[in-house]
Amino acid sequence: MPDDLLHLPVIRDILARDKDTPGALLPILHAIQRAIGYVPDAVVPEIAHALNLSLAEVRGVISFYHDFRTAPPARHTLRLCRAESCQSRGAEALAAQLREQLALDDHGTSADGAISLRPVYCLGACACSPALELDGQVHARLTPERLRALVNACREDAAC
Amino acid sequence: MLKLYIPCDSVARAVGADQVADALQREAERRQLAVDIQRTSSRGLYWLEPLLECDSVHGRLGFGPVCVEDVPALLDALAGEPAGHVLALGPVEQIPYLQTQQRLLFARAGITRPLSLDDYRAHGGFAGLAAAVALGGADVVAAVLDSGLRGRGGAAFPAGIKWRTVRDAGAGQKYVVCNADEGDSGTFADRMLMEGDPFLLIEGMIIAGLAVGADKGYIYVRSEYPDAIRGLDQAIAIAREAGYLGRDVAGSGQAFDLEVRVGAGAYICGEETALLESIEGKRGIVRAKPPLPALQGLFGLPTLVHNVLTLASVPVILAKGAAFYRDFGMGRSLGTMPFQLAGNIRHGGLVERAFGLTLRELVEGYGGGTASGRPLKAAQVGGPLGAWVPPSHFDTPLDYEAFAAMGAMLGHGGVVVADDTLNMASMARFALQFCAEESCGKCTPCRIGSTRGMEVVDRLIATSDLTERHDQALLLRDLCDTLQYGSLCAMGGMTAYPVASALKYFPADFGLTHTEAAQ
Repeated sequence: MPDDLLHLPVIRDILARDKDTPGALLPILHAIQRAIGYVPDAVVPEIAHALNLSLAEVRGVISFYHDFRTAPPARHTLRLCRAESCQSRGAEALAAQLREQLALDDHGTSADGAISLRPVYCLGACACSPALELDGQVHARLTPERLRALVNACREDAAC
Repeated sequence: MLKLYIPCDSVARAVGADQVADALQREAERRQLAVDIQRTSSRGLYWLEPLLECDSVHGRLGFGPVCVEDVPALLDALAGEPAGHVLALGPVEQIPYLQTQQRLLFARAGITRPLSLDDYRAHGGFAGLAAAVALGGADVVAAVLDSGLRGRGGAAFPAGIKWRTVRDAGAGQKYVVCNADEGDSGTFADRMLMEGDPFLLIEGMIIAGLAVGADKGYIYVRSEYPDAIRGLDQAIAIAREAGYLGRDVAGSGQAFDLEVRVGAGAYICGEETALLESIEGKRGIVRAKPPLPALQGLFGLPTLVHNVLTLASVPVILAKGAAFYRDFGMGRSLGTMPFQLAGNIRHGGLVERAFGLTLRELVEGYGGGTASGRPLKAAQVGGPLGAWVPPSHFDTPLDYEAFAAMGAMLGHGGVVVADDTLNMASMARFALQFCAEESCGKCTPCRIGSTRGMEVVDRLIATSDLTERHDQALLLRDLCDTLQYGSLCAMGGMTAYPVASALKYFPADFGLTHTEAAQ
């Protein structure tokens, strides 16, 4: 996409700053994602060139790690914890509720771009399970009502 | 002036600590009441969070769990009769859950402000480093060996042997790497420690760096812990400013500096060699051992890799002596372990005790049974790769060897409790599914065995034919053997634990009788 190339100046700044750090690729990918929200495929050659890596090496790293996105994120990202501790406190029922309320699967993004669902395996809030992370903020001791309210707030926010 | 304390721990915040702190500030201003609200670390008594504490002549008084609506009545009570408030817990340090603990690593938890160097020093901070500088590297390594400290990440390898290996590995560039990729469900001690007492980890890493001759350390933190990342970055800057990091560390004449590296959501990067690959900027693919990381680790150079809790145990060993430390514990499991109570548990939280108390004391004594009030079915000890232990085995002491003897492991000390509504066949399937999703793909048992295992569990649950069920159970046990003995690392090797234990102790969930499951 040509739009992706609009981000090139930002990406070149990041590369110039970080490329000589030992093991620079992960810090660079994190910095790009912090700056523009995702890692556009169109800039992979730029990254590969700066680090003297092959395109395959860079793509391989991007696809290996769950955190890196190659498309812009939704306005809100909701990550419900699905690990054992939260499962023992009803996380699977909450996941089903989310799927039903949003008519999405566990990895889905709503058509209006308001909200993305992502499973996560442990937020370290296990003593107060179940838990989720919404836009970087952890919410623990979740109840079905609280979850519904959080999702509704995301949708209303997107509507205005 | 009224002095109040509320944790800034991310989980206290996840249940409303920020809102309570804001409400207290606003309400105090409205009443023109002078208050000083300090944001401390968490005590780890999570069922009481948000836990408000207040200075008094009897020590700090606790109130919890507090919500915003409680604030006006709480301020009334604090002005008059604090003990009369419905949320009053009395002096916090006399709460039995806390009073009976043996807190060496978490001695400052809930007391100090995470980023206050003064608080840290006022509560014993940097005494270990001072002792280490006075002793010199060889004696520090001897002290760590003598303390009996074993790696707290799961493998329980004697720490001192690693230190000696790295120290003896020539004079060139070496590294200290802290594995802070705490991805196991049910564990949060690393998170608490990094968020709540970051200088302790920094001090442990400095001591390690000076002793083994490394001048650079990396802390690899999982991205799911943004508060820990931010806190460590700030703490490192503060420590550097104060002369604890840099070209001449604390007057030792030796250089050491630290850098935080952030993971990217791959569970396998908690495996030490995959973690090293990840710091190098590569996919987190497990390396074959040997060569040991102690000799050829990060960037191919000698590297001391330890979990957060292992490194954080070092300052107290140096400050109080190896003999003091090894007096805690039993058998070959010496010192204290911060156990973490999670899942369906009434009193979830952190319990630091010497090794040797039983799982029952932990789950029923401290934990108070299930949160749901339903019968306790099992506890998974040691994270997603740990065994499901039935209550009939709860009298086993928490000791590395005792757990290994029953086909389980202590791992990182996390305990996830489940009531009778949790189906163990689906948990076995989940363990295999998790392995399939998170496997690095390098070795065949883990890459393929995990997916085949899911299929076997599905067939086992679906079939009504007795012979077929028996065959599938046999196949599943066989597959567990292949995973356990044929995988390259603990990811595949220990995925067998939750599966085999679920099948062994809860055959009914698979539609089998005990005899069928045992055959």
